[in-house]
Amino acid sequence: MSKIEIRDLTKSYDGKINILEGIDLDVNEGEFYVLVGPSGCGKSTLLRIIAGLEQITAGTLKIDGQVANQMLPKDRNLSMVFQNYALYPHMTVKDNILFGLDVRKVPKDEQLRRLDEAAEMLGLSQYLKRKPRELSGGQRQRVALARSVCSQSPICLMDEPLSNLDAKLRGQMRNEIRRLQKQLGLTVIYVTHDQVEAMTMGDRIMVLHGGKIQQTGTPLELYNCPANTFVAGFIGSPQMNLCQAKLTEQGLVLENDLVIPLTLEERRNLPQGTRWQIGVRAEQIEPASPAQEGTCLVYAASTEMMGNETQVLFRVGDVLFTARWAGQYMIDPGQRLHIRLSADDFHFFDLDKGSLVRPALHIKGQAALTA
Amino acid sequence: MSRKLSTGVTYGVLMIAAAVMCFPVLFSLALSFSDLNDILKGDYIPSSLNFANYINAFQTQPLLHYMLNSAIVGVLSTALQILFALLAAYAIVFIEFRAKKIIFLVMMATMMIPGEVLVITNFQTMRSWDFLNTYQGLILPGLASTFGIFLFRQNMMQIPLELKEASTVAGVSEFGFFWKIVAPMVMNTVVTLAIYFFLVSWNSYMWPLLSTTEDTVRTVQIGLRQLKNTEAVSDYGMMAAGAMVTSLPTLLLIFFGQKRLQEGMTKGAIK
Repeated sequence: MSKIEIRDLTKSYDGKINILEGIDLDVNEGEFYVLVGPSGCGKSTLLRIIAGLEQITAGTLKIDGQVANQMLPKDRNLSMVFQNYALYPHMTVKDNILFGLDVRKVPKDEQLRRLDEAAEMLGLSQYLKRKPRELSGGQRQRVALARSVCSQSPICLMDEPLSNLDAKLRGQMRNEIRRLQKQLGLTVIYVTHDQVEAMTMGDRIMVLHGGKIQQTGTPLELYNCPANTFVAGFIGSPQMNLCQAKLTEQGLVLENDLVIPLTLEERRNLPQGTRWQIGVRAEQIEPASPAQEGTCLVYAASTEMMGNETQVLFRVGDVLFTARWAGQYMIDPGQRLHIRLSADDFHFFDLDKGSLVRPALHIKGQAALTA
Repeated sequence: MSRKLSTGVTYGVLMIAAAVMCFPVLFSLALSFSDLNDILKGDYIPSSLNFANYINAFQTQPLLHYMLNSAIVGVLSTALQILFALLAAYAIVFIEFRAKKIIFLVMMATMMIPGEVLVITNFQTMRSWDFLNTYQGLILPGLASTFGIFLFRQNMMQIPLELKEASTVAGVSEFGFFWKIVAPMVMNTVVTLAIYFFLVSWNSYMWPLLSTTEDTVRTVQIGLRQLKNTEAVSDYGMMAAGAMVTSLPTLLLIFFGQKRLQEGMTKGAIK
């Protein structure tokens, strides 16, 4: 059993400003749970509270059904992986991995057995006698993971463990951590500011902003049905295009600039009201030919050529939109572009509160999910 | 061309400075092998190696005994100063408590008080505890080294807090973290300070002079002073011989510890 339950948690350092407010969280056994948000959103603080490194101001934390508000970190039966790995520079890799097991009274032969197992699992067997400074960033990261594995704690907390690695290694370690978690059946709470990590690794994700929960759900729930404009802008790469929209006779006017013609059906599907914030994913903006009906004309601002796809940037009023087209499009800045947008693909948000009024009716590629 | 010249000038200045600084040492070395009559005549270069002064010095005063006293006091006070400075610095860096900054500032402020000012109160304290003429009396007043605390603090502040948190999560106690992680990580500074503290203790003159009146606990610098005859002409050769013998341990310590000393001092200062 390794469940974590948080109810109405508040954290404040000075009694005035709440770093975290009204946090409810349920992490099931064996789940990979990701806390994601921009820096300063309180995600690391929340993790440190679970670890017992920070005190709770109000609310309850339960680990395995037991109230753990005042429980000492060592009694919580969890391990933690830090951003800077927290390796002891004067100790060998072996001593670093086994650190803490003496205190937990694990017999020596059992320690060595676990060491062998963890080193094998993470490909560290030949480095056991080295000091951390003689290892590469990726290897150090593995040592930190091995320490966590050796502790055999059912819960593992990870605080941005991959942010010090280069992009290629990060991708590799993402898989490795996920594999390890599945293999050992660990309950993992993983903090990151990188939405790609959140999307690719998490069973479930909690998006935090300004110390408050924005949304919790599976990666696809967050992507397909963002609860508000913050989640919409945060999840997904490139960022979702967000702007103001007004309903008029001609159609939907974005930023008082671009008119999107509406079919009768699309008009019927609109939510109540006449003014919203709308969001549209880059892949929902399609290239069109001038001959087609219901297209719009925009002027390219710049393009980003990825090889397999082209990201075309264009202005709508003051907002820079990104469209993402498969293939290689040679487009010069300033060039006229005909594009096709459907109001059915728009997410509609409340103009003032930013909360979701109506999600997009079609998600590109969703057919593949059910196929 | 000009670069060669400036190097030349630099070395010239350095050589002159070195000569000035080495002169007293070399002069004493020469005197220690000379006959008193030659010295009084102004003939400072010994014609032959004459060890009579050394034998004399050891016979006049129990120099070996003084050196042993100095060694005991030096080793004990060094070890304890290091231990207390380590513990104090650890508390300042890793433990949260009320008024921490102010307490640290007050500690640092004591560095501005010259040691001589404290002599009277220290003497009265030691006398009231009956510690005059004891090793405790020699060691105790110098055990809190603000300088040591400061240097260790600077050193420990470079240890990432995550190391402590990782220990906490792993269930390692506060002292376990201090002993197994922090102390080994500041070992360089420990060695540097140990050499420094030992030298200070070995060379200290005023406090041992005030707090001891008996040969049993007297340290070597006082013994050296006693080689000087206050009534008649002093035996300068013998005094020089005594000085040579007593400075030998310090010379050896500096010779073998110089590199660590330099490393530690600059590490603490620059970073």
